[in-house]
Amino acid sequence: MGQILLARRMGKKRIIAETGAGQHGVATATVCALFGMPCVVYMGEVDIARQQPNVFRMKLLGAEVVPVTSGSRTLKDALNEALRDWVTNVEDTYYIIGTVAGPHPYPMMVRDFQSVIGEEARAQMLEAEGRLPDALVACLGGGSNAIGLFHPFLDDEEVRIYGVEAAGRGIETGEHAASLTAGSPGVLHGNRTYLLQDEEGQITEAHSISAGLDYPGIGPEHAWLKDVGRVEYVSATDDEALEMFELCSRLEGIIPALEPAHALVQVARIAPEMPKDGIILANLCGRGDKDIFTVAEALGVTL
Amino acid sequence: MKDASCAGRISRRFESLAREGRGGLVTFITAGDPDLDRATEILLGLPGAGADLIEIGMPFTDPMADGPSIQAAGLRALASGQTMARTLDMVRRLRRDDRDTPVILMGYYNPIYIYGNERFLGDAIEAGVDGLIVVDLPPEEDDELCLPALEAGVNFIRLATPTTDDERLPRVMRNTSGFVYYVSITGITGTKGATAEVVGQATARLRRHSKLPIAVGFGIRTPDQAAAITRIADAAVVGSAIVDRVAANLDETGVARPGLVEDVLALVAELAGGVRAARG
Repeated sequence: MGQILLARRMGKKRIIAETGAGQHGVATATVCALFGMPCVVYMGEVDIARQQPNVFRMKLLGAEVVPVTSGSRTLKDALNEALRDWVTNVEDTYYIIGTVAGPHPYPMMVRDFQSVIGEEARAQMLEAEGRLPDALVACLGGGSNAIGLFHPFLDDEEVRIYGVEAAGRGIETGEHAASLTAGSPGVLHGNRTYLLQDEEGQITEAHSISAGLDYPGIGPEHAWLKDVGRVEYVSATDDEALEMFELCSRLEGIIPALEPAHALVQVARIAPEMPKDGIILANLCGRGDKDIFTVAEALGVTL
Repeated sequence: MKDASCAGRISRRFESLAREGRGGLVTFITAGDPDLDRATEILLGLPGAGADLIEIGMPFTDPMADGPSIQAAGLRALASGQTMARTLDMVRRLRRDDRDTPVILMGYYNPIYIYGNERFLGDAIEAGVDGLIVVDLPPEEDDELCLPALEAGVNFIRLATPTTDDERLPRVMRNTSGFVYYVSITGITGTKGATAEVVGQATARLRRHSKLPIAVGFGIRTPDQAAAITRIADAAVVGSAIVDRVAANLDETGVARPGLVEDVLALVAELAGGVRAARG
């Protein structure tokens, strides 16, 4: 929403975006429908196949969804393709980047807009509980929902903060998306951060069951928060996330998206060690309807 | 700081082109495309085919500024096992035969950063590299590689585009040396070209900001187009058309057909013919 207001103020006539899970694509298509602006969403072919409900939502909202067939055909390639569109059509086009990556000022701008999550959660928590939470937990792909939650709490030293990356099939298998846990510093998409890369500086393909976490980089501010030690970055595997997807659905009546199911893994790890009146604030950053086909396939269920 | 723009093969080449009264042909190939042996043969044949300056693309998995042709070339090269060390070896090999044709390495920052900036500059100079084009290092990051490169005597060539306005141009030009690479369109490599009239206005604007030679690229595919560009600029850059010719000589499994090298060099010779006849 913030970015499209900026686009309008800049006099841009056309909106483009990249998307992994389709959440950002749907959000962008929604605001474009609201303001009557043409919208093109770049999405990896692999992600289109596993996020059909969101693809259909975007189309219903009037967006054109362009399949990206280069590279690993996931989020990073969608970002490359959107950047290519943008440099070609920069006169009339605004690129709404969906994560805290990309060149400056995107990481800062997206963080500031996403911080409504943390601002609001902090205010609600103070109102409902009269105190701050003991711990924050959020999942990270590019890291926008996490930075949005974390940012207003960074100066509250008593609040422990956990970011959960996708460990895919396990960090040791090499098939994961945990750039902070297992990557090294490099430069991609206009920022210096932790990347999954080989010894030649070539970007390696990320893997996660969750399309929204399937990115070989991480927002540069997370790299900084890791290095200064303010946030503890951990990871959760596909299997662990699936387990929490089912558990949360059954216990809470909430079907979480596969992305925040990774965050719930960390909630389940730390909760038993906390006092009964401890408070954990987890960001349930997406709903799981979009993932039921992927989950059914992973669980061997035929729909 | 050594003034690299006053020494070096690049400025000597542009001076001799000026004496000959013609524009130059800058050819781009991707290192290791389709494999190391073929790419090296092409490289060794370029000066004889009429290339005045040579750009060698350092392959990268995520080439954000490149269109499908050069993306595919980079992936072919990486699949064939191309590394930074091999790319530098290609330049060393060329320098055994050719001491005069300038070589510019072009690519993205991460493979250089991971190789190590200081080590990279040392090895590049020793191999015989004259200039660098690093697409994703803007002037704001000159401390990273541009200034160390200039200090070491390697030209750092910057891209200017139609959206680089008069306010921005001085900043882009400040530490640019060798030549200015004018990207004649907004967009990625391998797309349609701009008209000579538009390019003429743009080069006139650039000359108000810089005395450096101007090479114009993006969208130049034919001898006629190259000729038209060299009537208004100091050199024409051809990339995607050459890389496409490599691709056209691969079989269904991506293996080079016999005659690939000769066919690519024949295209370069045609382009060179166009450039040489342009101002005649």
